[in-house]
Amino acid sequence: MRIRILGARVIDPASGLDQVADLYLADGRIAAVGTAPAAFEAEQTLDARGLIAAPGLVDLSVALREPGYSRKGNIASETRAAAAGGVTSLCCPPLTKPVLDTPAVAELILDRAREAGHAKVFPVGALSRELAGEQLAELVALRDTGCVAFGNGLASFASHRNLRRALEYAATFDLTVVFHSQDAALAEDGLAHEGPMASFLGLAGIPETAETVALARDLLLVEQAGVRAHFSQLSSARGAQMIAEAQARGLPVTADVALYQLILTDEALADFSSLYHVQPPLRSRADRDGLREAVKNGTIQAIASHHQPHEPDAKLAPFGATEPGISSVELLLPLALSLVQEGVLDLPTLLARLTHGPAQALRLPAGRLAAGAPADLVLFDPQAATLAGEHWLSKGRNCPFIGHVLPGAVRYTLLDGRISYQA
Amino acid sequence: MTPNDAKRPLQLNDQGQLRHFLSLDGLSRELLTEILDTADSFLEVGTRAVKKVPLLRGKTVCNVFFENSTRTRTTFEMAAQRLSADVITLNVSTSSTSKGETLFDTLRNLEAMAADMFVVRHADSGAAHFIAEHVCPDVAVINGGDGRHAHPTQGMLDMLTIRRHKGGFENLSVAIVGDVLHSRVARSDMLALRTLGCPDIRVIGPKTLLPASLEQYGVRVFHDLAEGLRDVDVVIMLRLQRERMQGGLLPSQGEFYRLYGLNTTRLALAKPDAIVMHPGPINRGVEIESAVADGAQSVILNQVTYGIAVRMAVLSMAMSGQTAQRQLTSESASEEPN
Repeated sequence: MRIRILGARVIDPASGLDQVADLYLADGRIAAVGTAPAAFEAEQTLDARGLIAAPGLVDLSVALREPGYSRKGNIASETRAAAAGGVTSLCCPPLTKPVLDTPAVAELILDRAREAGHAKVFPVGALSRELAGEQLAELVALRDTGCVAFGNGLASFASHRNLRRALEYAATFDLTVVFHSQDAALAEDGLAHEGPMASFLGLAGIPETAETVALARDLLLVEQAGVRAHFSQLSSARGAQMIAEAQARGLPVTADVALYQLILTDEALADFSSLYHVQPPLRSRADRDGLREAVKNGTIQAIASHHQPHEPDAKLAPFGATEPGISSVELLLPLALSLVQEGVLDLPTLLARLTHGPAQALRLPAGRLAAGAPADLVLFDPQAATLAGEHWLSKGRNCPFIGHVLPGAVRYTLLDGRISYQA
Repeated sequence: MTPNDAKRPLQLNDQGQLRHFLSLDGLSRELLTEILDTADSFLEVGTRAVKKVPLLRGKTVCNVFFENSTRTRTTFEMAAQRLSADVITLNVSTSSTSKGETLFDTLRNLEAMAADMFVVRHADSGAAHFIAEHVCPDVAVINGGDGRHAHPTQGMLDMLTIRRHKGGFENLSVAIVGDVLHSRVARSDMLALRTLGCPDIRVIGPKTLLPASLEQYGVRVFHDLAEGLRDVDVVIMLRLQRERMQGGLLPSQGEFYRLYGLNTTRLALAKPDAIVMHPGPINRGVEIESAVADGAQSVILNQVTYGIAVRMAVLSMAMSGQTAQRQLTSESASEEPN
């Protein structure tokens, strides 16, 4: 299939390209940017004048819920939702049932994802068996199956000794470890950021130190083990500062933040709406501003949806009895563009954090828009608007942004040179 | 499901009257005063030979208690009966796994049996809001205590107690002592006192038992009991649960009593006519000395009596606000073109 994309403003953060140019796609790859290759005959031409063409978005955390939680979502439904959000590559966390700690589970996920064909899926494997924090999972076998990194979710290790060994083993094979640094004891029973809102509502608090104490420990162990580490789902300004300090010391650490953490604060909890129940929790305005600053200056390289779809019942209970998480991957691009609209980030920086940044953090073959690269890209109209929820593809409707009018609209998502989503 | 209209708080109807009673947050001084005035008028009913008024005749009030309670449940039952309502009380034990479903399904079932009002107590903060917003918005929901969040009828009966014994709130110093962190009573009391114009609200306890950001309630925080009690008019003691010792919040009951227990010597630091309150059940020798609990300054049993009157006031006001709202809604619905 040969496609010509006509007249889009092409932004490729990896190369710094930002100009109006035609794109030529052939055999699943980008054949040329600007001038047509010799004897190029397009089978399809997309008139993209007025649109922006960017590399397909790379989302480092999309819970696909399969295997094990099909009432919440499945690989086909959630990757399709991702394509609607402009995503072409995504990582899924190991929290499946059974846990993604064997090559068989990884193969199942990869097969179903290929079958569905909506997005490239790069699984994050479990660092320990059953995520129990005791025995190591077969990391090399998982890597050979296609796992791109290893993490233990919010579950902690049985001991610092076990964690240290896991990091050293991963370092032996140059594997990347994904941390969700939160001290389980300090966060125990907690439902919301420990601050005025949690106090007022009588919700048990999760102090900032739940993140920073764990982060300090993890960074020290990472330094000792010499392992590549990615810190996921940062929630506090102080946490982002600690990452910046580690990077300044020369540690090979990267970080991501959930997009909703850049938009919402714990003030959203005022009516006890369970849609805002997330883990780690929404924190203060100062934390949100600190995270925004860290995204801007590059301490945080990646913005991820941290998409967690749920069935309606999971949210239909008093706040404390509900399951945490927001379903939002299909709004990834327009929701992220609201940060540009608000003046938090400029468009090229935002796109960098959604494409090249995350791809580099986990060394994924994605996030570039250059001749020879896979033809994974998103075409969006920056002048149009998206009414969130007008169409909904994810099985989880647990999204507090439904009903909001968001800036920008995805027109096409292309995966390996074919259209995976069309508005 | 009716979404919570940002302009109109969930617990008020279009005319600003109570239709649920979930929390004291957002309620005006006038409304709180109306509750107290109404309760005052109901106190007289309790002294009659026939202790009934027909305000809720033909209505069904369901007490649904997901958490144990004797005093609150009983006084709600008596309040509803004195208003001539039919009363059903359910003690629903909670299983930790299916708490939400139990709550949702239980209330939907009761709603289907044409209950007009729910009095709900639940261990989760926000449970009453959840019911009023998502389960049965057309049934008046009265919060009988939700987690650590609110116990608004207790808050109002405490205010009635203070007003009847002190005449008002304008020149008072009120101290709240003990486990504020886990206390829905303290949160409701702080809100009510501030709304009613109390100029000096003090909170006394160790840091482990005080929630973050107490300043938002406009209170002064003391860690020393003697200092905090100086010249106060009202002392509200809170109950200390035994399990607080396990989590490392306190070393022992003995040490807590030594530091924060109210005895006659310490009470002498307050004004000579200060009153002592406690939401009950009291732990003698843990937060309060028997001589104080049973002494002349104690109004703990008066609180129980006032509790019935306050609950009668809240039940009758919420029922009429809910009924008015239903009429308004059905009128506006019938006006819409087909």
